[in-house]
Amino acid sequence: MEQLKTIGRELAMGSQGGFGQSKEFLDLVKSIGEARSKAEEERIVLHEIETLKRRLAEPDIPKRKMKEYLIRLVYVEMLGHDASFAYIHAVKMTHDDNLVLKRTGYLAVSLFLNDDHDLIILIVNTIQKDLKSDNYLVVCTALNAVCKLINDETVPAVLPQVVELLAHQKEAVRKKAIMALHRFYQKSPSSVLHLVSNFRKRLCDNDPGVMGATLCPLFDLITIDVNTYKDLVVSFVSILRQVAERRLPKTYDYHQLPAPFIQIRLLKILAMLGSGDKQASEKMYTVVSDIFKKCDSTSNIGNAVLYECICCVSAIHPNPKLLDQAAQVISRFLKSDSHNLKYMGIDALGRLIKISPEIAEQHQLAVIDCLEDPDDTLKRKTFELLYKMTKSSNVEVIVDRMISYMISINDNHYKTYIASRCVELAEQFAPSNQWFIQTMNKVFEHAGDLVNVKVAHNLMKLIAEGFGEDDDTADSQLRSSAVESYLRIIGEPKLPSVFLQVICWVLGEYGTADGKYSASYITGKLCDVAEAYSNDETVKAYAVTAIKKIYAFEISAGRKVEMLPECQSLVEELSASHSTDLQQRAYELQAVIGIDAHAIESIMPSDASCEDVEIDKNLSFLDGYVQQAIEKGAQPYISENERTGMLNINNFRNQDQPEALSHSLRFEAYELPKPLVPSRVPPAAVASSTELVPVPEPYYARETHQTASLPSVSDAGSSELKLRLDGVQKKWGRPTYSSSASLTSTSSSHKTTNGVTQVDGVGTSNSKGRDTYDSRKPSVEISPEKQKLASSLFGGSSRTEKRASSGNHKVSKAAEKSHVGKAAGAHSDTVVEKINREPTPDLLDFSDLAVTSTAPSVDPFQQLEGLLDQTEATSTMNNGAAGASRTPEIMGLYADSAVSGLSSSVANRDEFNLSSELSNAARTSQVGVSQLNKGPNPKDSLEKDALVRQMGVNPTSQNPNLFKDLLG
Amino acid sequence: MLASFCGKKVMRELSGVILNRGSKLCNFIEWRGLKVVYKRYASLYFYMCIDQEDNELEVLEIIHQYVEILDRYFGSVCELDLIFNFHKAYFILDELLLAGELQDSSKRAVGHMIAIHDRFVEAVKEEANSISNLIAQVNM
Repeated sequence: MEQLKTIGRELAMGSQGGFGQSKEFLDLVKSIGEARSKAEEERIVLHEIETLKRRLAEPDIPKRKMKEYLIRLVYVEMLGHDASFAYIHAVKMTHDDNLVLKRTGYLAVSLFLNDDHDLIILIVNTIQKDLKSDNYLVVCTALNAVCKLINDETVPAVLPQVVELLAHQKEAVRKKAIMALHRFYQKSPSSVLHLVSNFRKRLCDNDPGVMGATLCPLFDLITIDVNTYKDLVVSFVSILRQVAERRLPKTYDYHQLPAPFIQIRLLKILAMLGSGDKQASEKMYTVVSDIFKKCDSTSNIGNAVLYECICCVSAIHPNPKLLDQAAQVISRFLKSDSHNLKYMGIDALGRLIKISPEIAEQHQLAVIDCLEDPDDTLKRKTFELLYKMTKSSNVEVIVDRMISYMISINDNHYKTYIASRCVELAEQFAPSNQWFIQTMNKVFEHAGDLVNVKVAHNLMKLIAEGFGEDDDTADSQLRSSAVESYLRIIGEPKLPSVFLQVICWVLGEYGTADGKYSASYITGKLCDVAEAYSNDETVKAYAVTAIKKIYAFEISAGRKVEMLPECQSLVEELSASHSTDLQQRAYELQAVIGIDAHAIESIMPSDASCEDVEIDKNLSFLDGYVQQAIEKGAQPYISENERTGMLNINNFRNQDQPEALSHSLRFEAYELPKPLVPSRVPPAAVASSTELVPVPEPYYARETHQTASLPSVSDAGSSELKLRLDGVQKKWGRPTYSSSASLTSTSSSHKTTNGVTQVDGVGTSNSKGRDTYDSRKPSVEISPEKQKLASSLFGGSSRTEKRASSGNHKVSKAAEKSHVGKAAGAHSDTVVEKINREPTPDLLDFSDLAVTSTAPSVDPFQQLEGLLDQTEATSTMNNGAAGASRTPEIMGLYADSAVSGLSSSVANRDEFNLSSELSNAARTSQVGVSQLNKGPNPKDSLEKDALVRQMGVNPTSQNPNLFKDLLG
Repeated sequence: MLASFCGKKVMRELSGVILNRGSKLCNFIEWRGLKVVYKRYASLYFYMCIDQEDNELEVLEIIHQYVEILDRYFGSVCELDLIFNFHKAYFILDELLLAGELQDSSKRAVGHMIAIHDRFVEAVKEEANSISNLIAQVNM
């Protein structure tokens, strides 16, 4: 009987072509698989689309055919082509009474449409109907669709029904209803807030699956408001204890661990509830400690639970015993060979050092190993850790490392990220301003336009305002060292725009301040910049303004100004520029040169970029002019805000229905229309040109240029205002960052950076040396460089104190510029001393190390190890052949193997974890017992193979693994 | 927990990144602010985008759980099973993960639901399929 049934099925399948699919679909998949080029694949798919279009246009398509077409359409979309012509058919299929078709319809719809697609609204009605169905399978299908298709606007349409289903007699429905509510929370958090009591009830559900699912929405609610749920701590702890003591049915075991997924969810919730709450935390200590002891640390899932325990321990009120247990687990993670565990270890360490910073020191070498690992993921995670443990004592090493890594990568997204991290750390912990400027230079040079413009402005501000103390010598030294370094960098090709802006500004303000460089030298350099970056208007604007400033300072110093020929031609070119901003700057430059020293003194005093410029935002000096114009019959000016505001008011009044403005769907019928009440706000009431909302302050040149060049007749007044402001801004440099000027210069920074570049050369040769050294003496010994790096990262050396005394000039503090005149002499001493000390052996070592890190060092010994592992593992892999029979009655097998799974553990974990985890698996193989009833079953695999061949699908050279079992 | 249906462009770029990674490296990548966990089975890669606060090791095991269920359903699942029956793979995924979270961690519960659905399909099919009807009658 049983056999006959199987034969019958196979016969039925044969007519369809195997794998339960039609011949046509199989042919399609086959031809795509055999396509030799992208173009060929394209052709096949386009042909398929044509066929489907034709077929769908035919009248009276049998439903089963329709289902197949839909699946083929989904396949076409999966290959990246558009099947939007058929979306409506998918929507139609969801209306079908037959569950199989309905399910396929919902699947196709959820794969085709985003939750904000226009067609979704057609489905909401169907979903509502299906949620009421007597057949619980239909309800389940509808709930699945709810999770994928309902958006924040349609939530209210199905919410009441979903809530009702929380009390459904079938646990599968209850579970899905809970998950749907969890999704609603994600879509619109406020929609489920009132359901707290329902969730609490479900937490005590008879079915452990429902209880487990309830933890999801409860987690959501607890994130919003912890305090309301403190009473649940006891329940959660007791559930966790029961789970850990294996009180749940055996079917929830996973790799011999009792319901690990539920444990993890509970630990996450406990971490939130116990955070900052000693009383609540004390209730958790025992159970967490028990889990630490009980958890099987050899399986992956065991480690997942342990990691979650660490997260919990580091979040709740600290307990020494638990911290100790956590530290032990972390050290095991870090010592593991598996990269995954190392990664988790680094992450866990980052969490724990917030509470007990001292544990970082035990693991310093492991951390440095991870930092030097070729695996980018691990490296980035380690930077994350270093970022968390940065202090003023180790900021130099860490930022140095970050920069050299930043230089080595191409990924712009991460480059931006790490650049901002560098800037943040440098701003927060910079030991000296020189170091800060040098670091910023490096960041700008390599990350360029990825850096936030604000950072550039901060840098200019720092250079202008100098140290927090009123110490002019130090400030001028700082400035001249900046000028010095910029003059050197300026010649390099392809500098990023933001950096050039900083350079131009600084050269304009301080280029000639210390008298070391002549005006013609600096202006020559600036002209070169404007010429070399001729398509960057912002840079050109900065350059021209800088030139103007230099000439202005020359004139006010009583020297005669002779314009360079290239400068002359630049000004001529710019005064004919398409950009009004550049034009204006050029004309201003010409005007400034023409006036006498006294006038210049008052419009452009030197050393005044920090002085506040008072801007009369009301433009009261124009009142007379405006009055005159109005008398002549001009329209009074109405600000833009008020004009648009009036429009809004009109709309509002006309519709007379406040809800109409909010963007949500209404599910109840509209009210009957009321007669309109025409009402208008008289425009004159609003207009008064003096108290208008001020023109947004120009932020940087390009922006101003755009607003200024917008020609609009009705706007004449405002555009004039903008132009005026523009003029003001240019006279004073950046008004937002108006900074002071005073100058002097020593060549200190020049020397130091020179030192660094020289060192770079030494560094590379050193790194080579180290590699060979390593290969001779495999891994056991720790290289002195590493130890040095460790000590500089994790502190403990005498350097700390030295830095502490000279450091701590926080930039933010400096920005405030307190006018306390004291200790000027003493301070300048330390600065000079520091400058001299800059190229000391310490620093040399660091830059040296930075270089070694970028060169990926290969350890031959480790490679050999890898090879050994691989051979060992492939031999075990071989016996993992195809298992289990192909009959559709898998459920029989299911029940069987679930019971026998534990005993019949022929296959060890190696068979699942392919080469990606080889070395790791070798360790765990003895213990990690799989529940899969697998093993060599040649007969079945032969059968399968035969079936496949029958269909005429042959493995192609392109994809030799096509027929390999996934797990074998 | 996961954003399963990311755009096609994302998928393409992401697969480029994942395929280039060596086999001994982490199964996690941080990519454009997303955290991605992937696992390789023979020539197939399964990957999941997860939230910052999610437990990566747990996600690896969720992927494994899914593959185990697929394996049991198809009987030594292979790539072709998934290509030809991708809609079934989706149905199974719906029973395991919903709203981005594991809806039930018991393999048995998941398997049960899939089986019930299949039995339903079978019932419909048997009605329509005359051959199997015939055989059934012969056996009566």
